[in-house]
Amino acid sequence: MVNTKVNLSGITIDNPIIPASGTFGFGYEFAELYDINCLGTFSFKGTTKDPRFGNPTPRIAECPMGMINSVGLQNPGVEAVKNIELPKLREVFNKPVMANVSGFSIDEYTYTCEALDSEPQIGWFEVNVSCPNVHGGGMSFGTSPESAAEVTKAVKKVTTKPVFIKLSPNVTDIVSIAKACEDAGADGISLINTLLGMRIDLKTKKCVIANKMGGFSGPAIFPVAVRMVYQVYEAVKIPIIGMGGVSSAEDVIEMMLAGATAVEIGAANLVDPFASRDIVNNLPAVMQKYGIKDLNDIIGGAH
Amino acid sequence: MKQELFTITKNEKIARDIYLMVLSGDTSDIVHPGQFVNIKLEDQYLRRPISICDYDDKTLTLIYKVVGVGTEKMSSYKPGKVLDILIALGNGFDTEKSGFSPLLIGGGVGVPPMYNLCKKLISESKQPTVILGFNSREDVFFEEEFKKLGANVLVTTADGSYGIRGFVTDAMKDINYDYFFTCGPEPMFKAIEKVAKTSGQYSFEERMGCGFGACMGCSCKTKYGNKRICKDGPVLLREEIIW
Repeated sequence: MVNTKVNLSGITIDNPIIPASGTFGFGYEFAELYDINCLGTFSFKGTTKDPRFGNPTPRIAECPMGMINSVGLQNPGVEAVKNIELPKLREVFNKPVMANVSGFSIDEYTYTCEALDSEPQIGWFEVNVSCPNVHGGGMSFGTSPESAAEVTKAVKKVTTKPVFIKLSPNVTDIVSIAKACEDAGADGISLINTLLGMRIDLKTKKCVIANKMGGFSGPAIFPVAVRMVYQVYEAVKIPIIGMGGVSSAEDVIEMMLAGATAVEIGAANLVDPFASRDIVNNLPAVMQKYGIKDLNDIIGGAH
Repeated sequence: MKQELFTITKNEKIARDIYLMVLSGDTSDIVHPGQFVNIKLEDQYLRRPISICDYDDKTLTLIYKVVGVGTEKMSSYKPGKVLDILIALGNGFDTEKSGFSPLLIGGGVGVPPMYNLCKKLISESKQPTVILGFNSREDVFFEEEFKKLGANVLVTTADGSYGIRGFVTDAMKDINYDYFFTCGPEPMFKAIEKVAKTSGQYSFEERMGCGFGACMGCSCKTKYGNKRICKDGPVLLREEIIW
């Protein structure tokens, strides 16, 4: 027998497998396919203060070993999440869920987090700081240590649950940003969000994505993600959720060796709807193959 | 939706850039004509969504157009090859809304889903008229197959090299129908929208991430809120579409 349980900021989860925000909706598309209670938890669709349609289509482009998406945070808004999505989720999922929150100003982040904090099923917040700051010239909150820290402080003030800050890899020094979030009171760091990418269609000679640029994800970015998790682990003491191209139980172990306490599965869910379940099922055998009795023994093991 | 393995039994060219693929496997999840499958291809990350042309208990017929590297690869597959397929996706056409004389309009690679729909309507004792629109003579396919089902079939070509010269809307003028179903390119939809005299259903195409409603990659706005082409569509009612 092996131990796959890990402790994520005071909550023990059965395994470290967490479908990533934006690839798992509010859970019920997948609950039709398998019992999603086999997962450690999942991070629900990025939620904002107001409902958002998102970006024009096409929003999706094929890439070698990956994909670009430019969905643009389509979501029904925090009120509908509280009143419609979470009651529906309770019927199919009986574990704490991770609330992924986005905003375009500090006020929007705090409004949404405060509105969700009282929801009993929410175990953690995952705050996406990759959105542009509309009051700050459009630069993303996650691109400077100061603005990332500002979001962290503001959200921490209005919440009682552990707050993970989800960082963008599209920065010159992710370590200083992670450190600034830790100093500002973050309970953990999630990384990495998607890498900015673009595809151009040779027939039309135009960008494939309507919004021109989008977020590149999939196995192609896995080595970048492992490297950044490794670097951030050296600099912070708070737990890390590692993500970026994870597609197998082997990838989960590699991410944990780099320093992750838990691991999110993103694009893999879209290509294979059973990917997260299969990774959960395969994990014990892969642990045994590599002589791992307890996942807690390998967190940061490569350092 | 199910994830199933299908074995190719036939994969052949039937018109310019158009291929017909027959596969054997479990089709029991299909409930409506106009649903689609999402196929995993080697060396491609995302699956490729292809509409279902026809099926019986153990066989699935797909007709697809080579438009890029994914479908190019598909066209090279030989019988015996096994494919990982998500089946059956999307809502499909609702034939209960149709009257006795439905009109089916397929444009180019929008023709295939009309075939099983036509079969279903005939099995419901309706008398469909089918308009198949193509650019040119070498693009034409499935005219005889529709005739064999017992439908009244009209073919149009934009350059006049076969059938009626012009667009599907030119053929629509003299037909009496009490409902319509269509699949094809959006410019064709917009032309139909201008001349159609009855209610109807449009089957849309969009670039998809997952194909089963998880990623929000193929969303569109409708009069009744946001819909996902892959899960809430691909078929939308005329009354709900915002053009």
